[in-house]
Amino acid sequence: MKKQTHSHRFWMLPAVVLLSVTLFGCNGSNGNFSSNSDAAQKVYVAPGELDEFYGFMSGGYNGQLGVYGLPSGRHIFTVPVFSQAAVNGYGYSEETKAMLNTSHGFVPWGDAHHPELSQTNGETDGRWIFINENNTPRVARIGLDEFKTQEIIEIPNSAGNHASAFVTPNTEYVSAATRFSIPMDENMQGMDVSIDSYKDTFRGTISFIKVSDEGKMNIDFQILMPGFDYDLSHSGKGPSDGWAFFTSYNSEQAHTLLEINASKNDKDFIAAINWRKAAEYVKEGKGTMMPGKHVRNYIDHEEGGIAKSETIDEVRVLDPRELEGIVYFLPTPKSPHGVDVDPTGQYIIAGGKLSTVIPVHSFDKMINAIDSEDYEGEVMGIPVLKYDSILHGEVEDPGLGPLHTEFDGKGFAYTTAFISSEVVKWDIENTQVVDRIDTYYSPGHLMIPGGDSQKPDGKYLVALNKITKDRYLPTGPEMFHSAQLIDISGDKMQLLLDFPTEGEPHYAQGIKAEKVMERQKRFYKLEDNTHPYRATSEAQTRIERDGNEVHVYMTTIRSHFAPDNIEGIKVGDKVYFHVTNLEQDWDVPHGFAIKGANNAELLIMPGETLTMTWEPQQVGVFPFYCTDFCSALHQEMQGYVRVSPENSDPEIKYGTGQ
Amino acid sequence: MKTSHKIWMAVAALLLIGVYLVPIWSISMEAPQYPEGIGMNITVNNIEGKQPNDLKNINGLNHYIGMKPIEPASIPELQVMPYIFAFLMVTGLIIAATGKRKLILFWLGIFILLAVAGLVDFYLWGYDYGHNLNPDAPIKVPGMTYQPPLLGSKQLLNINATSLPHIGFYFALLSMSIAGLVWWKSGDK
Repeated sequence: MKKQTHSHRFWMLPAVVLLSVTLFGCNGSNGNFSSNSDAAQKVYVAPGELDEFYGFMSGGYNGQLGVYGLPSGRHIFTVPVFSQAAVNGYGYSEETKAMLNTSHGFVPWGDAHHPELSQTNGETDGRWIFINENNTPRVARIGLDEFKTQEIIEIPNSAGNHASAFVTPNTEYVSAATRFSIPMDENMQGMDVSIDSYKDTFRGTISFIKVSDEGKMNIDFQILMPGFDYDLSHSGKGPSDGWAFFTSYNSEQAHTLLEINASKNDKDFIAAINWRKAAEYVKEGKGTMMPGKHVRNYIDHEEGGIAKSETIDEVRVLDPRELEGIVYFLPTPKSPHGVDVDPTGQYIIAGGKLSTVIPVHSFDKMINAIDSEDYEGEVMGIPVLKYDSILHGEVEDPGLGPLHTEFDGKGFAYTTAFISSEVVKWDIENTQVVDRIDTYYSPGHLMIPGGDSQKPDGKYLVALNKITKDRYLPTGPEMFHSAQLIDISGDKMQLLLDFPTEGEPHYAQGIKAEKVMERQKRFYKLEDNTHPYRATSEAQTRIERDGNEVHVYMTTIRSHFAPDNIEGIKVGDKVYFHVTNLEQDWDVPHGFAIKGANNAELLIMPGETLTMTWEPQQVGVFPFYCTDFCSALHQEMQGYVRVSPENSDPEIKYGTGQ
Repeated sequence: MKTSHKIWMAVAALLLIGVYLVPIWSISMEAPQYPEGIGMNITVNNIEGKQPNDLKNINGLNHYIGMKPIEPASIPELQVMPYIFAFLMVTGLIIAATGKRKLILFWLGIFILLAVAGLVDFYLWGYDYGHNLNPDAPIKVPGMTYQPPLLGSKQLLNINATSLPHIGFYFALLSMSIAGLVWWKSGDK
């Protein structure tokens, strides 16, 4: 063996030289920095210091919302939204289960794509963040006072809620639209028809969800649309406030092998929706109330903290063939993906993922064309404007596969190019590319804090990549996605940081930290706890049996449960542990877990009551314990439940410290 | 006593209203896991957390070392103190009205005596809480007691406790000083 190594040594020498040359080359294309780079300084948030921005990144197929600090890229929290979260019992506990109710029953998983912060006067305000669910169409509202999902509304007459959840400049509405058109009869009922009847029977809808001052969502109206795929959206602002823009593809109306069959037309459409006019029609009572069963779930800590579901049977549907002036089609090359409106509200930019240019539509020209009825035709009663009449310009050489654009508020736009793995910076006014930077690899969305609002903070850009491969230590075939933080404060973009993101972030939002920090709750006040099964002191702890249902009113405080010895439970009982955390201090949650539970743990915040159900299957004594290392005597924070045979008649006994 | 002396004596007496408005004494505690601090203020008739839940949280921590919970309602001194200051205020005003200079010294004497008694009581209170610990306490450090300092800072395990007069105390001190000054000045012939 040793001899062999010797003989190989001479071979190795040129190999090493070659390798170092290759590696040197790699360093450049890999985004590595030269030693004099100041990138580390720019992203270094010293221990004890806080990030300048919150970054909210959708979790994609984990159904949740990731919260990151920027510029450090630190992953600081995950808000459970559309998927059950065993980590804290969201979607398992009696209080949160109803949040995942739909007209299809309980749906434990979701695909979360596009978070959008609430806005006031076109500026992010830090009250809420909305996010869509693509698979079983829904929109969620997360309160940024507690970073919890407070409401989820289902979108009826829809499939694949992708062009969502984009807000209007004063959060009057949140948008939703069908990515997958579906067959619907004249009463919006699903149809048992052959899939190849697509062109005759499949329809799309675009929905506008009204948001009240308190955040409550309800579907104000749906607009019936031709059976295309509706992809992404953004609201108008400034002069274009009152309008919303939705990209569509598959104007070919293919129903199989879309990658070929939906890529044939030279141009698809952006649907320009005059939502303000539509809202006026609605006020006048126009449109038709149609069947549209959907479920709205909400949870309010001031109202007991138990999620409630309500089923709404109808929805108002507007038909653009009957109500003039609410929808126009802007021809746009070619299978456009993103549609983004610049901070001035004047330019509407599409990412034509198969196009060699980025088309920039002018809002003024669009309005002129509408006023002079400068149409090239119509599609299912919807006027189609002339491409050349509405075009501000085309960005040449924007990279391959342009998808999404954000803005820095200084007259520049930044577009991701998926196929050529880069972010391209261009001047909006003269549509000239001024800079480009590689990303690793294949960016989808990108995010500049406030970058889709009227007031961007044009300091950082995050590229949210779809392919990770070699960016981090390998974790087998499956891995987190990669993101890159890019400094856009100067003329030249500078790569600062590479960081992994959980799930598959699609869109993201960023906001100055202080806008969110100032409204933070540290814990729930015990005196405000209105949960019907609360025990706000140990004196109130008790056990009540009602047939085979047993309610345990339990409390936690460092470092014990009350009660911690429980007898009188039988096999076949359904035991509800209503656990109130009596702590009133910041960051002192207690956990609750019991052997054999078929659901998850509870993670109870100070002042909160959460309920776990437990149906013991076996006779014996079962331990429960606190799962959150709450105190020096956390390991002592435990208890026992005695389970007697089903046909026995044990006396209920309980206590702590007796 | 001249009218101006009488007025100043009345001011000295009325300054004691301040004692009812702001805390008299402050005990604040610092520990790594309490980056924003935790503490309590002693007012004329109460002990209250610096933040709404501080007292609850201090009692929560103290149970580990077996310290009695601090329950303001069960501390008799807090029931008496408002009357003591009311007595000082009323007698001070009577002195101002009558203008009897000698009584000022008498008044000051009682005031100082009460103040010293208060501090001694506070020390004994701290001693009791710090030493008379529940023998079943989970955390027992041999030789360790937890008496808070009367004045200044003291490290108690991981907590640095600082005990200092609060604004109310300075109202009382100012009242005393003005009364002393009135006595001094009104002696000039």
